[in-house]
Formats: sequence, C-alpha cells, structure tokens
Amino acid sequence: MTPLAGYLLVAALIFSIGLAGALTRRNAILVLIGIELMLNAANLNLIAFWRYGPHPELLTGMMFAIFSIAVAAAEAAVGLGLVISIHRHAKTTDLDQMNRMKG
Amino acid sequence: MQEAISFTPQLSASLIAEILWLIPAVPIVASGLAALLKQPRRKASATLAIGSLSFSLLLSLVAFRHVVSEWANGRATREVVNFAWFQTGAVNVDLGWVLDPLSAVMLVMVSFVGLLIFIYSTGYMEHDENYTRFFCFMSLFAGAMLGVVVANSLLLLFMCWELVGLTSYLLIGFWYQKPSASAAAKKAFLTTRIGDVFFLLGIVWLFSQTGTLLFYNHGAGSLEPFALAGLLATPAALGLTAAGAIGLLIFAGAAGKSGQFPLHVWLPDAMEGPTPVSALIHAATMVAAGVYLIARVYPLMQAGALAGGTTTALTVVTWVGAFTAVFAALIAVAQNDIKRILAYSTVSQLGYMMAGLGLGGVAVGMFHLITHAFFKALLFMGAGSVIHGCHEEQDIRKMGGLKADMPLTFATYGVGMLALCGFPLLFSGFWSKDGILEAAQHWSVAKTPFYMLVFGALLTAFYMTRQVAYVFFGYWRGGKPAHESPAVMTAPLAILAFFAMALGLIGTPAWPWFRAFLDGRAASFAWRGFMEPGLLALMCASTLVVFLGLGLGWKLYGDRSPRPQEPDALERVTPLVWGWLRDKLYVDEFYGVTVIAFYEGWARVSDWLDRRVWGGVVAGVAWTFGLWAQLNRFLDNNIVDGSFDKGCDELGVGGGLLSRMQTGRVQTYLRLLALAVVLLAAILIWSSRA
Amino acid sequence: MSLVFYLIAALTVAGGLASMVLKNTVHCALALTVAFAGLALFFLNLDAQFAGFAQILVYIGAVAILVVFAILLTKGSETPKDGVFSRTWLAGLAVAAAVFAVLGWAILHTAPMLPGATPAPAVTVEQIGQALIGRYVLPLEIVAVLLTAALIGAVIVAMHEKEGTK
Repeated sequence: MTPLAGYLLVAALIFSIGLAGALTRRNAILVLIGIELMLNAANLNLIAFWRYGPHPELLTGMMFAIFSIAVAAAEAAVGLGLVISIHRHAKTTDLDQMNRMKG
Repeated sequence: MQEAISFTPQLSASLIAEILWLIPAVPIVASGLAALLKQPRRKASATLAIGSLSFSLLLSLVAFRHVVSEWANGRATREVVNFAWFQTGAVNVDLGWVLDPLSAVMLVMVSFVGLLIFIYSTGYMEHDENYTRFFCFMSLFAGAMLGVVVANSLLLLFMCWELVGLTSYLLIGFWYQKPSASAAAKKAFLTTRIGDVFFLLGIVWLFSQTGTLLFYNHGAGSLEPFALAGLLATPAALGLTAAGAIGLLIFAGAAGKSGQFPLHVWLPDAMEGPTPVSALIHAATMVAAGVYLIARVYPLMQAGALAGGTTTALTVVTWVGAFTAVFAALIAVAQNDIKRILAYSTVSQLGYMMAGLGLGGVAVGMFHLITHAFFKALLFMGAGSVIHGCHEEQDIRKMGGLKADMPLTFATYGVGMLALCGFPLLFSGFWSKDGILEAAQHWSVAKTPFYMLVFGALLTAFYMTRQVAYVFFGYWRGGKPAHESPAVMTAPLAILAFFAMALGLIGTPAWPWFRAFLDGRAASFAWRGFMEPGLLALMCASTLVVFLGLGLGWKLYGDRSPRPQEPDALERVTPLVWGWLRDKLYVDEFYGVTVIAFYEGWARVSDWLDRRVWGGVVAGVAWTFGLWAQLNRFLDNNIVDGSFDKGCDELGVGGGLLSRMQTGRVQTYLRLLALAVVLLAAILIWSSRA
Repeated sequence: MSLVFYLIAALTVAGGLASMVLKNTVHCALALTVAFAGLALFFLNLDAQFAGFAQILVYIGAVAILVVFAILLTKGSETPKDGVFSRTWLAGLAVAAAVFAVLGWAILHTAPMLPGATPAPAVTVEQIGQALIGRYVLPLEIVAVLLTAALIGAVIVAMHEKEGTK
C-alpha cells in the first residue's frame, strides 16, 4: 500500500466517523462538529494528493485546502450562530424534537 | 297518382244534370257546419238541416220535371256526367252521377219524405238535449242517401253506402247512454258489414273483369251490353257465369242493408233509436237502398236471361225475398212493442220488394218501394205521435181507446194501416202489392212464391188489425191520460196520408204511368188495362185475402183490450206457436250459439296468445335485458369502480408511506442524502467497471 | 508507512471517535480539538507546513473555541435525559458504514494505480504568497467578501432581538 493510499484511507475513516456522528447525535452542535470532521477529512485528502500527485509546485492542492479552511471557519461561525438562535426559540438543541417540517 | 278532373265531352248534358251533384253535397256541407255548432244552438242546426234538404228537394223536383219532359217528348232519358278520379299506371278510376227516371223518382221520394220527417222531428225531439247533434247526423244521412241515389259509379255508390251505414249506427245509438241502444247500433253495423264484405268482393271482381266501375259511360260502362257480354262469357263456380256470381255478391250486400233473412236481425233492434230515425232510415230510405241497388244493377242481374225466362241471380233474389216476407210477418204477429211490429212489417215488405224485383222487374219492385216509403213513414211517425202522446209508453198492451183522445193520429194511422194491408182501390199499397202478386202469378220457374206472398198479405192484414185494435180501440189501460200531438207533428202525417192514397193513381193497370216512366215506354190512360187475362180475378182474390185478414184480426182482438198480464187471444189458441213467434223464431239465439260463440272462442285464443306467448316473449326479452343490466352494474361497481377505487387507495397508501420520509428532522434528510450519494457512487463505479 | 504515520493516525481517529461518542458535549469539543491537532500533525508530516499551521491557528484557535462557546451558550453541558444518540442511530450508523465501504473499496481497488513515494516538494511561504496574489487572487477576494458576510450574518443571527418584536 502506497503512502497515499494510507492517507486516503485514514481520511475516509475520519470522514465516516464524522458522518456517523452527524447522523446519529441528538445535539445540533455535535452535528456541526461532525461536519467539521468531515471537512477536515476532505482537507487531508487534498493535501495528500498534493503531496503525492504530479506537479506539486503548482500548489493547487495546498491552495484548495487553505481556502477550504477559511470557508469552513466562516461556515462554522454562521452555523453556530444559527444554533444559538434556535436554542433561544425552542429552548432546546435536541434535533429529534425539531420536526416542525414534518409532513 | 294524379288527380285530374276532366269532363268527358257530353253530347247533351243539360244544366240540371251538370249540377246534380249539389243534391247530395248541400246536406253534407250543412251537416259539417252543424257539427261545428255548440249544443244550445238548436234553431241554427234545425234550420241548416231543413234548409239544405229543402234546397235538395227543389233541385230534385227540377230534375224530375226535366226527366219527365224528356220522356214525354220521347227523347233519351238517361244523362251521365263522369270525371276521372285518379289514375295509377294503366288503371283508371272514374266517378260520376246519373240522371234517369230511376234516380229521379228516388231523389224526389227521399228528399220529400226526408223533409217531412225533419219538420216532424223539430216537434218530436224538442225536449231532447242533444237536438243539435241529431240534426247534424240526420243531415249527413240525407246527403249520403242522396249520394247513393245519384251515383253512376259502383265505387261512389259504395262510399255513400258506407256513409249511410255509419249514420245509421250513429243515429241508432243516439241515446248511447242506454246500453241496449249502443248494443243495437253495434249489431246493426256488424250485421250490415257482413253483407258489405260480399258486396266489396263483387265490386272488385266486376272491376277486374270489366275494367270500369261506372254504370253508364257511352257504351263503355259496366252495365252496358259490351261489358255484360264479356261477363257472360266468363264462367265462375257452380255453373254460374261471372255476371251471375257478381250479381249474387251484390245481392248479399243488399240483403244486409235491406234486412233480408238471415241478415234481418239488426232491424228490429234498431228501433232503439228515436222514432224519426226509425221512420226515415229504417222504413223509407236506408233499408230501401238495398232494393234500389238491385234495381240499379238490374241489367247485370238480368244478363243472360232468355225471353220470358229469368237468371239464377234473380231466382235467388225472389226466393229470399218471398221467404223473408212470410218469416217476418209471422214474427210480427206476436210482438207487443208498437215499433217492433212495424219493424218486422218493414222487413216483410222489403221481402215483397225484393221478390217484386226478381219476379217482375225494376218497375214492379220500385213502385212498391215508393208507396211503402210513404205509408211506412206515415205509420212510424204516427207511432211516434202515439208514443209521445202516451208519455213515452211503447207497449201496446198499455194503450187503448186512443181513437177518441188522438183523433188526427188515429185517422192518419188508419190510412197508413189500410195502405199497408192493401185495402182495395183507394190505397196505393193495394196497387203496388197487386203488381207484385201479378208478376208472381206469371212466374215461369215456380208458383210457390205466389202462395207465400198471398199468405204474407193475409198475415199483414191480421197483425196490423191486431195492432190498431190494441192501440186505438177498447179502453185506456195506461197511466196518465193521453193527449194529441202538436200540429208540427200531425201536419206531416196528414200530408203523407194524402200521398199514401194518391200515389196509387200512377200505378193502376188502367194508367201504368210509373211502370212506363221507368221502362222508358209511352203511357196512356185506357180502361182496357183492366182487361188483361187473370187480372180482375187476381184483384178479387187479393181483396178477399185482405178482408179475411182484417176479419180474423177483428174477431180475435176487436174491442176487447186485454190487460198486460192476461194472455193474448191468439196465445190462448196455440200457446206453443205463439211462444215461438214471440221469441222471434230463435234466430238471434242461433247466431249466439254459432257465430258469436265461434268468435268468442277465437277472441279467447288470441287473448291467451297475446298475453302468454307474445307477452311472454316481450317479458323474456325484457328479463334478459334486466339480467344484462345487472351484469353491467356488477362489472361497473366491482371491477371498474373497484379497480379505480383500489388504485386511488393504493396511491393514498403509497403517498402515506412516502410522506413518512418527511419526518421534519434534519438528520433523516441527511441520511437519505448520504445514502443517495452512496448509491450514485456505486452505480458510477459499477458502470465504469462494466 | 512509517510509525509516525500510524501514531498520528491513531491519535486523530481516537480523537474523532471520542468526539462523536462521548456523552458530555464539552468533552466532545475537547476531543475534537485533539482531532484537529492530529490533522495538523498530518499536514506537517505531508510537508504542507503552511496548511498545518493554518489548521492550528484557524481550527484549534477559532473554530474549537467557537464550538465551546456555543455549547456553553446553549447549555449543552447538561446531559440530556433521553440519551445522546437519536432513536434511530442504527440507520445513521449503517449509512456511514456504507459510505466508508464505498470509499474504502474505491481506494483499495485503485491502490496499485496510485503514485508511490515521491520526493518532498520545497514550498516556501513566498511561493504561497505569490500564488495567492497571482493566480488565486479572485478566490482570495471572494473569500474575503465571504468572511465579511459570514461575520455580519453570524452577528445578526445570534443577536438578541429587540423587545416588542418577538
């Protein structure tokens, strides 16, 4: 197994763990944590491919990952702000109870 | 079928011949107008009827005078006016009218007697609420009867013949609320119908053989020598020629209308109608139409007769007539209703007329017809006056002594009665009946009709004396006292009585004006006429017979006036024969058992067929349709609707199932998203690998 | 695969696992921080120094703190009575397992085709700076706008509403 494959596997594992958590935890914030994990796993993928792929001097992978980090940070901020706002209204962050869109 | 009216070129059609059609047409139009009137318009309808018939009488007199003048001047007395009615291919149907001595005398008689009866009816029917309807029907009858008289085409004659039958039905059943009246009307119509079926067969046969139904058409008519020769040459069944067979068929129709045995059964029942109806229709005119028909087609009846001999058709006519004369006279002896006695008397006298036609020719029969019309109408109207005066009583056993209470009626009735009996010399009946007896005496085939007719004369005198004795002599056996009738009723009686006596003058052997007129010979007055061999002897013999009859009648009934519950004088002598005669010799009962029972059986069969078989078929079809409809309903409800409903339900269920995905929870959506991505990826990998 | 790799991998995976499994939300946030740290080490291992330090600065320094703040503001420190996992956690686990299965299968299947060890690239910060201003200037500017918008948006979303318009 090449080093790249190893990194990819680890990234996949982290991604799946993050997905599992996002899909199963009740607390909205923990869902966001899961999402952060997924994003990080994707970043790992990008850097891995940059390192072991052709033309690393183009810095494509690195740039992508940096921008991804920036956007993820912004998204985390907005997401958490939303969770706080929802908590103010519903007095809870339990996702199982938030089914007003049920139909 | 085109309707073209083209007048065949006449050599000399006088004006009166051209307008002869007005004579029947005007009363028919008056009847139509009267039909539009409402019931309370009594004066208007009577005026229409009397006015139209007066007009017809006027024209008839003009026509009569014209024919007489033609005859006196020795010119041809027959004028015809024909026109084409319709053509279909090669078949031409023409109609037309004829003016000759025969039709002229009938026209005058019918319109004159009819007018007198109309005037009489204005008094008789005064208290009846259906006055307007009465005069409408009477007018229609008068027009139709005049149509029968003037017709030159057998088809036109038949049409008017049927119309006369219809009006007879309407007038017999005038008081239709009485079940006996409506039954009598039906009986009259159906019985004459039987005769008319044979009549129609004769017409069709004649038309097919000769190609024309016109009587006279300048040599091309069916009664003219050329056509008759053709008919004689064609053989028919039973050794008859076509002429003889057609003649017998036509006689069958005449027998129905003129009440010859065995189709006489309707005439006595027809007395259910009002008395003026009985007088006009069932005494003077309609029943005479049969006799007139035979007189009209006499050339056909007589075709093939050798000089001095006779034909099969005429022989049959004579025998039927003679038998009817005696048969009806016997029954008349035992009747108790004043009008029924006169009805049977009419049947008997019609037999005399038919016998006269068969034995002696047109003039002999027609003379008796003319005289009979006058005195029989007189007798009926007199009977009507008696009924009116006795407050609608018709049983002679409840009358009596009326010669003091109703003198005018008694006098005129006596004149009529003596004329009917044939009282010698003064009364027309004597001369006309003697003409028939003389012809019977010289008949070449057999002498039996002569003896039958003499016996009939005896019976006539007998039963008329009985009737007059019961009604006018003795003492009053009724309820309220009787009263004389008003002048509007007795005046026509007087006029008719005058003619009942005076008409004899034109038929005496000394001056046989009537016979000569009809035969187209010249006539002159000569006492020598009485010197014919056997004539005086015959006159004495018939006088003896009449006196015998009158004497017997007076002896038995005289001034006695038995009460209704006591048996009749003749009944005491022969109760068995009396019973038979009173029950009309069981002819009606015989018909009831045979003809009517036969029809009833068939009616029952037809009813069963209709209800069970045809009705069953219809019901069966309807049932299968019902079944089919049920099947369709089942299919529709369960299969079509069911499947549709089921489908909708499944959709609902499916929708319900699908909507469970919408839990409203984010994580559910995320899971689904992830799952979808996995599936997509799997598909992509798999397709790229394959 | 060197030992360092396995150690860092174990750390990261443990951290990730812990953050998803622990009941106390704050413990989860801290475990997340450990995971972030592991990932930073990975980046460093991959000669992406800039990315690694950026990871530490942004993720551990900002995002993790943000998460802790949010937990505290939403009283997440209290343990809920019904349990921390959703009633239908098995379905989510199954889906995640399916995803891992697909990804793993894809990786292992193409493993022979992947490039092997290559020499480490020499990347200087100056190169990264040049790239940012040069080739990637547009994304840079857009990210700037994005960050501004996110900042403003987050403030507005989380702000207390005025009294009377509730």
